Amino acid sequence: MKKSTLFDIISPVMAGPSSSHTAGAVRLGLLARNIYKKVPHKVVFKLYNSYAHTGKGHGTDKGLLSGILGLKVDDRRIKDIFNNEISENIDYKFEYYDNFRRHPNSVDIELYGDYNMKISGDSVGAGEILITKINDFNVSLSGNYNTLILVYKDKPGMISSVTSHLQCANINIASLSCDRNAKGQDASMIICIDGNLDADIVQSIEKMDDIYFVTYVEKLG
Amino acid sequence: MWKNWDNDMDINISTFEQLYNVCISTNKQIYEVAQEAMGASEDISVEQVRAFALRSLFAMKEAIDSGLNSKELSLSGMCGDDCFKLQQRYKNESAMFGKLFEKIIEYALATSEENIRMGTIVACPTAGSCGILPAVLVGVSREYNYSENNQISALITAGEIGRIISVKVALAGAVAGCQAECGTASAMAAAAVCQLRGGTVKQILNASALALKNLLGLTCDPVAGLVEVPCVKRNPFLAIHAVTAVELALSGIESKIPFDEVVDSMAQTGALMSPMLKESSQAGLATTKTGLKIKENIFGK
Ligand code: SF4
Repeated sequence: MKKSTLFDIISPVMAGPSSSHTAGAVRLGLLARNIYKKVPHKVVFKLYNSYAHTGKGHGTDKGLLSGILGLKVDDRRIKDIFNNEISENIDYKFEYYDNFRRHPNSVDIELYGDYNMKISGDSVGAGEILITKINDFNVSLSGNYNTLILVYKDKPGMISSVTSHLQCANINIASLSCDRNAKGQDASMIICIDGNLDADIVQSIEKMDDIYFVTYVEKLG
Repeated sequence: MWKNWDNDMDINISTFEQLYNVCISTNKQIYEVAQEAMGASEDISVEQVRAFALRSLFAMKEAIDSGLNSKELSLSGMCGDDCFKLQQRYKNESAMFGKLFEKIIEYALATSEENIRMGTIVACPTAGSCGILPAVLVGVSREYNYSENNQISALITAGEIGRIISVKVALAGAVAGCQAECGTASAMAAAAVCQLRGGTVKQILNASALALKNLLGLTCDPVAGLVEVPCVKRNPFLAIHAVTAVELALSGIESKIPFDEVVDSMAQTGALMSPMLKESSQAGLATTKTGLKIKENIFGK
């Protein structure tokens, strides 16, 4: 259980009615937006279990779309987002499923645009969230840390060469986790850091051999 | 304890006994200890901690004032116009216990109804229980003209109570039932008002403990899985409940069971409570004949 601080108890200021179904949904959308980096042309939201059953009554659909559009949890436009002009140029669709293997409050967000991406996440309670999958890779992103995500060729020495880049820039790593789809194929690395990462460090990592994809995801406010 | 509290507030206080001892040995109020510890852990000043609390206080007042002026129904259509009904009645008749009583139940309903119509509220500690603390904090402050500064101190006091409860029990209906959400909110509200009324540290902790103790076992069985029935109307009830606790505590009445043990028993009760009564809407009010009918009307079969 994550320890609560005084601030956690007397906040957040948020659009109701539910921290997991509304505020959590907004944050899932926001973090997906930070990962995807662009405004998609089209989004398909697949809602599972409780999100599918009681989502409409809790405005989960409105929350998810608002997050993708960059609204914060306390934004007064969330309530009427479907009729707001900022949602006019995006094509969106909601689908509802039951799947007992998934968390009670979970969603797949399929983003279509300059490139396509599928992001899955859960709303784990009290507005806290977890992005669990990006495309085929298992990840664990809470949005509480600035995070570097990499996809690279699975081979010896990759982790230390990436972390040495961070070390040179005097960046402290809060946590690091890896996943791969098969030995010797693609692997992913998720690095949560304290503080901020400058764009030039991200670029220098991008230029390394056998790195396919790098993205820097800023934490949620 | 060997640490010097005056210079080193960066110690995690995790029980009410510790909090009490620190307050007494340093001759500080609960909010002073809490704001210094929060400041130290985030590396920010006490003023910044208080500014954060002010932002929440401000949002609470905004939610009350918009709630008082709306009778828009929720997405499901189940609730939303009760505060309006209450205000209509008070135009011609007054409440049995006077103006302050009216304010408190109006504010609690106003805030809760604002929540279910997707208005902006402060989840304090949760969205379902968002009307309880603001109703008494703002109601009492407006009635007695307490300064903004006093209100901030009261809110921080309440927040510290909630924080320490949350060390042992997750404040979520799905984990420990409504005792953990609305029960905690009422305990926090009692602390805030006791602080405003000039209660001692001991009295504040007793007020809180008494409020919580008398809500143990409260289940979470929302109809149709929505934070509306019984949640909305539960807020005014538990706001008044907090005031009772404060009146007792200010008279020197103590909780026979110490606060920490009350929290332990809430944790145990929450663990023993059937999952069917913890936000899953599989029992209780949710599965009454009428509860099921309402669900069917909203979501279909
Ligand atoms: S009954 Fe359940 S959903 Fe309603 S306020 Fe209590 S804990 Fe929250």
